[in-house]
Amino acid sequence: MLESIKTFASHFFVTGDPMIYGADASIVLVTVAILFVLTYFKKWRWLWDEWLTTVDHKKIGIMYALAAILMLFRGGVDALLMRTQLAFPNMHFLQAEHYNQIFTTHGTIMILFMAMPLMFAFFNIVVPLQIGARDVAYPYLNAVSFWLFFFGAMLLNLSFVIGGSPDAGWVSYPPLSELAFDKGPGENFYLLSISISGIGSLATGINFMVTILKMRAPGMKLMDMPLFTWSILATCIIIIFAFPVLTIALALLFIDRLAGAHFFTMLHGGNPMMFINLFWMWGHPEVYIVVLPAFGIYSEVVSTFAKKRIFGYKSMVASMMLISIISYFTWTHHFFTMGSGADVNTFFAISTMAIGVPTGVKVFNWLFTMYRGRIRLTLPMLWTIAFVPCFAIGGATGVMLAVAPADYQYHNSYFLIAHFHQVLIGGVVFGYFAGLYYWWPKMFGHVLNEKLGRWSFWFWNIGFYVCFMPQYALGFMGMTRRLYTYPHGLGWSSLNLVSTIGAFMMGIGFLFQGAQILHGIKFGKRDTTGDPWDGRTLEWSLPSPAPHYNFATIPQIKGRDAWWTMKEEMKQPGYKKEPVHIEPIHMPKSSGRPFIMSVFFFIAGFGLTFDWIWMGVIGAIGVGITLLARSFEYDTDYYVPVDEIERTEAALGRL
Amino acid sequence: MAEVISQPVGHQHGHDHAHGHVDQESLKILGFWIFLVTDCLLFGTLFATFIVLRTHTDGGPTGKEIFDIPTFIAETFILLTSSFTSGLATLEMRKNNGSVQRLIGWLIVTWILGAAFVGLEIKEFTHLALDGATISRSAFLSGFFTLVGTHGLHVSVGLIWMLALMIQVGRYGFTAVTKRKIYIVGLYWHFLDAVWIFLFTVVYLIGVM
Repeated sequence: MLESIKTFASHFFVTGDPMIYGADASIVLVTVAILFVLTYFKKWRWLWDEWLTTVDHKKIGIMYALAAILMLFRGGVDALLMRTQLAFPNMHFLQAEHYNQIFTTHGTIMILFMAMPLMFAFFNIVVPLQIGARDVAYPYLNAVSFWLFFFGAMLLNLSFVIGGSPDAGWVSYPPLSELAFDKGPGENFYLLSISISGIGSLATGINFMVTILKMRAPGMKLMDMPLFTWSILATCIIIIFAFPVLTIALALLFIDRLAGAHFFTMLHGGNPMMFINLFWMWGHPEVYIVVLPAFGIYSEVVSTFAKKRIFGYKSMVASMMLISIISYFTWTHHFFTMGSGADVNTFFAISTMAIGVPTGVKVFNWLFTMYRGRIRLTLPMLWTIAFVPCFAIGGATGVMLAVAPADYQYHNSYFLIAHFHQVLIGGVVFGYFAGLYYWWPKMFGHVLNEKLGRWSFWFWNIGFYVCFMPQYALGFMGMTRRLYTYPHGLGWSSLNLVSTIGAFMMGIGFLFQGAQILHGIKFGKRDTTGDPWDGRTLEWSLPSPAPHYNFATIPQIKGRDAWWTMKEEMKQPGYKKEPVHIEPIHMPKSSGRPFIMSVFFFIAGFGLTFDWIWMGVIGAIGVGITLLARSFEYDTDYYVPVDEIERTEAALGRL
Repeated sequence: MAEVISQPVGHQHGHDHAHGHVDQESLKILGFWIFLVTDCLLFGTLFATFIVLRTHTDGGPTGKEIFDIPTFIAETFILLTSSFTSGLATLEMRKNNGSVQRLIGWLIVTWILGAAFVGLEIKEFTHLALDGATISRSAFLSGFFTLVGTHGLHVSVGLIWMLALMIQVGRYGFTAVTKRKIYIVGLYWHFLDAVWIFLFTVVYLIGVM
């Protein structure tokens, strides 16, 4: 008996690496600490009522942001571990197997559990406020989306200490990820965690598309929408068309592994290229899914801090729509070298280069907006300005990679690594940082410390170039990606060391941001106006943070830059404030079911990871019951009474 | 669609909330349409996979050898008929003097047809598996079972859903909410029928040719 428990435990828990034991200990300690704090301060009720059951899009957005920042930390630690391993030749800091797991989780977490949720944070926090809506189209579904993401992310993170992490790369190509070559539960963790959170992403795409199309304040035409909202609409279109393909690709791979099917195997007629095609049919649009909202953020930030209307609004909209279409015609450039033939490669080379055109249009529009603007160098603006040259270099190296014959040289080399980090960090991460600084007051009601932010900015930026510029050279010198270690004498050593130093500089930049957040909680300057940046769009017309019903009265929109226009009107000499007429507001009720349902998803996912069918069935039944229970629920909303709204508004100094 | 959603949401408040108040029921119907788009893509991806792997039989059985023509013809007729009867159910709801009993009656007919379809499919699958044509025999069969099985799973989910709605409409009668739900389940059912027509053509008809 004892012996069989021992055998089980040695397979179930990851053993043998001091770093893993450290992680075990820290997970247990942090969990105990959280449980203690919640119990000691009697916060359980508060946690459940205010956060776990909330359907308020602003709170859901904050939870997305916090989870994403935590995942940025986790993915960043992965990156530093890898760079440490590669700092010197013949290093044995990590075991080879562990290294494989770390580069896999680094990629998976950064794209799917950091960039995506941070993007959804902005969806939730900004979009309803920008379009003058009181809520999203489906608040309950919105909570479901968040908890599915959250438990999907937890499932993947669990693999670090239980069962072992996936190690087939973030793209998880078969046959490497097939059962025959990858026995452990790691790959199952990958497939199930992404599938679970993917359902949530798809639902968010539908939710916000309908929100934007149907819930705009009266008078706001499509061509009056703020560019950030436009970027979310374009993103939603891509999500709706791309995510089902990923779902199927992962499901088929899982069926291969669980039921012994032969979709992607080498034997019995399977076709691994099928997976690679399906994966990138989602995977390439995915990079535009995460970068388009960043483009939206840059548009808002540039226009606010240059104190000008955005230059070329219509061309901005057109370019985003074009990007959302062309992104579907580029997927093959991820495997130019895999024998598609010259005609196919040519088509995808040209479409890949073509997508640079609308992107270039946007960069010029931002520059022309800044031209002769009254620029204020706040943190959001700094990150936006830093983005421009970084993204320009990344775009140029992207076009180099798009040249199919030349790609035979760069393929899977560090040149590629440098390129996509340049566009993803320079484009997405810089943009999301700009967005976080920009909307932080709206989220939490205080402004973050500027000085700490500048330290962080310079560490991140200098660190970025120090880290990735050497990697372009290393790529040309023949260093391939996913390389575990390398011998002396290849001429790679000093460049790798420099690159590692850069990575740690970015790590220091992140620490400054952590300090900035802590500083903000304690000493952050209160934003009493609701409009700390002298903004142009509707969210700045609300108090910070906004009351749970957002708008006491829904504004009437008379064109672009709605809040700016209103402010101009108020400055007119004869301006008379219209009397506020408050009516009861229709709001959805909180519900614990999204949380509970996602727990069942987690149970099902965890069971299937270990091929424990019984546990998968229990989870699936739980999901079914929670769905049915929702169907039978009719009392789902309520009205906020007028006197409560009046009290809240009076307390905020709005009446 | 407009008819279904013309009634305001069933709240007790007397005053008009047209100002800034979105009609929840029509919103949900729009969302469901977009969901169907994603489901279309899901099936589209499965179809693409199946078409690529259709000839990858690895020396195992081909479609011509294993597809039983009477079975899939029967399945087709049963599902198409159920789509018609579900349409009659929706029609009953839209009529001015429609009755809840008749609506539930048509839903029961639809339900029985749907269950018969699923039953036939399960019989077909077990029959094939017992003959050695399992999901792990060849890539062709992997594609076949997954594509057809995903459709069958959708139909089964629809059956549970329909059952829940029959209880609800029996309990509450015609309200804006139950009407919207009946309308949406009808959409779903017709969608599954449309998918089946493609399955019938791409998998079975071309398979036996």
